[in-house]
Amino acid sequence: MKISEQDIKTVASLSRLRIREEEAQDVLFQLNKILTYVENLQALDTTNVEPTTYALPMQNVFREDKVKPSLERELALSNAPLKEDGYFKVPRVLEA
Amino acid sequence: MSLYDKTAHELHELLTAKKISAAELTADVLSHVDEVEDKIGAYVTITRDKATADAKAVDEKIARGEKIAPLEGIPCAIKDNICTKGIRTTCASKILENFVPPYDATAYQKLSASILIGKANMDEFAMGSSTENSAYHTTHNPHDLERVPGGSSGGSTAAVAGGEAVFALGSDTGGSIRQPASFCGVVGFKPTYGRVSRYGLVAFASSLDQIGPITRDVTDCALVLNAICGHDDMDSTSTAAQVPDFTKSLVADVKGLKIGLPKEYFVKGIDAEIETAVRNVAKKFEQLGAEIIELSLPHTEYAIATYYLIAPAEAATNLERYDGVSYGARVDGADVVEMMTNTRTEKFGEEVKRRIMIGNYALSAGYYDAYYLKALKVRTLIQKDFTDAFGKVDLILTPTTPNTAFKIGEMTSDPLKMYLQDICTVPVNLAGLPGISIPCGVTSQNLPIGFQLIGKPLDEATILKAAFTCEQSL
Repeated sequence: MKISEQDIKTVASLSRLRIREEEAQDVLFQLNKILTYVENLQALDTTNVEPTTYALPMQNVFREDKVKPSLERELALSNAPLKEDGYFKVPRVLEA
Repeated sequence: MSLYDKTAHELHELLTAKKISAAELTADVLSHVDEVEDKIGAYVTITRDKATADAKAVDEKIARGEKIAPLEGIPCAIKDNICTKGIRTTCASKILENFVPPYDATAYQKLSASILIGKANMDEFAMGSSTENSAYHTTHNPHDLERVPGGSSGGSTAAVAGGEAVFALGSDTGGSIRQPASFCGVVGFKPTYGRVSRYGLVAFASSLDQIGPITRDVTDCALVLNAICGHDDMDSTSTAAQVPDFTKSLVADVKGLKIGLPKEYFVKGIDAEIETAVRNVAKKFEQLGAEIIELSLPHTEYAIATYYLIAPAEAATNLERYDGVSYGARVDGADVVEMMTNTRTEKFGEEVKRRIMIGNYALSAGYYDAYYLKALKVRTLIQKDFTDAFGKVDLILTPTTPNTAFKIGEMTSDPLKMYLQDICTVPVNLAGLPGISIPCGVTSQNLPIGFQLIGKPLDEATILKAAFTCEQSL
């Protein structure tokens, strides 16, 4: 086993996910199996190989700085789980 | 006369000759949906009223003597990760169960004259190869209801194969159009990365995702490509390259065409009946005047590992946005972090959570170089294999999948085994190339077999020409 239960807890927390006690073993087993499989890349020498993030040549795209209509506020808020006075509403972030 | 199983180009002729009306056609498809949808389950949402109203509008246009576009009035299915304004778009996830997009995806907007029958089922966030990862229901293969339709665009391909839509849009990140097309016996095309705007396609892995057509024949495929390809200011990765008229490629002629057969795609593990069928396609091409050249794509065996690091890494990043704040479901918690954690834990499915964790693990400090960066470097090698091969050949011919449609539930307990299904299709996404899956017969169990043609970047035209030639002669 390459990764530990603690590693799983850390990565779950980074991902804003919670692993239930009863599923922890299975999650650990499956992730280890996959991470062990992807180890086969280590067999390749990539010393002088550049990484590829996009397969086709990409360049920064510029456009004119012109004002164009954008999504109306009502529409932008239409899927909000909770809203108030034209804002998204979330639980308190800062201490009172 | 049953209309639901005809091709778009046949139906277009019937519409323009006023032999049928769009209303009649739409009603025929909808009544067939009523008949088979309980068994197939191709759709998450059916847009019956909109379809009926839109068909009427097309008929009025025809009655006024106006010309209609080739796909106007033709019933279609749109994968449920492609945004449709005012129509629920779920990604087959509970986290987007009530999400109603305030805008249209560009690819759908370009097809707005077609008749939307419904939003097609899929693996949640397009993560899967069987459509079993839908949070709503599993789609069944119309050729054998005990089997999967493939995935992730399994709803789209099952709709087209099962007579529930004439054509469909899917999306393909690692084979999600081509693999289900081969399992369902239809044509599925993943265009070159950048050919079709991704604006409004819910992001899974942004450097790999591409929208493409699922159709009953190559002619329809060319028609849908004509409609959806092209530059879009709203997608900075969309290419400015000229889009040819793809119907010009619908000529039966492969004389002098060089077609490569990569030995790595014909190794142990591949179903013998598939191998025979694909080798027969090669022979057929040879008889028709093409030259078959054996070649090697030496890094093929590393493609799955590369893909299953890059795609989850990009997915983990893209899916950060589902935080219960601006759209999507929210599950309350004592503070913001607990609210986000509750929302994501309860509303994401198992496979989505698995990939988010693999992705974040591969991107995290201490592992980034060993996993993610390494995968990006191997991606360069995989791409170079193709560049070298395309110095010698015009097209590459492979099976689309190592086996035919498997039984529902057969692979769900072993995610890695499911990932290995994608061996013939993922290299194409990693290299950003265009690829098609075309039906080439059935097995002794009567299950569809597909072969794949891979082309040079932006050379969809040559793929279509060879595919059309083959379709005419098979």
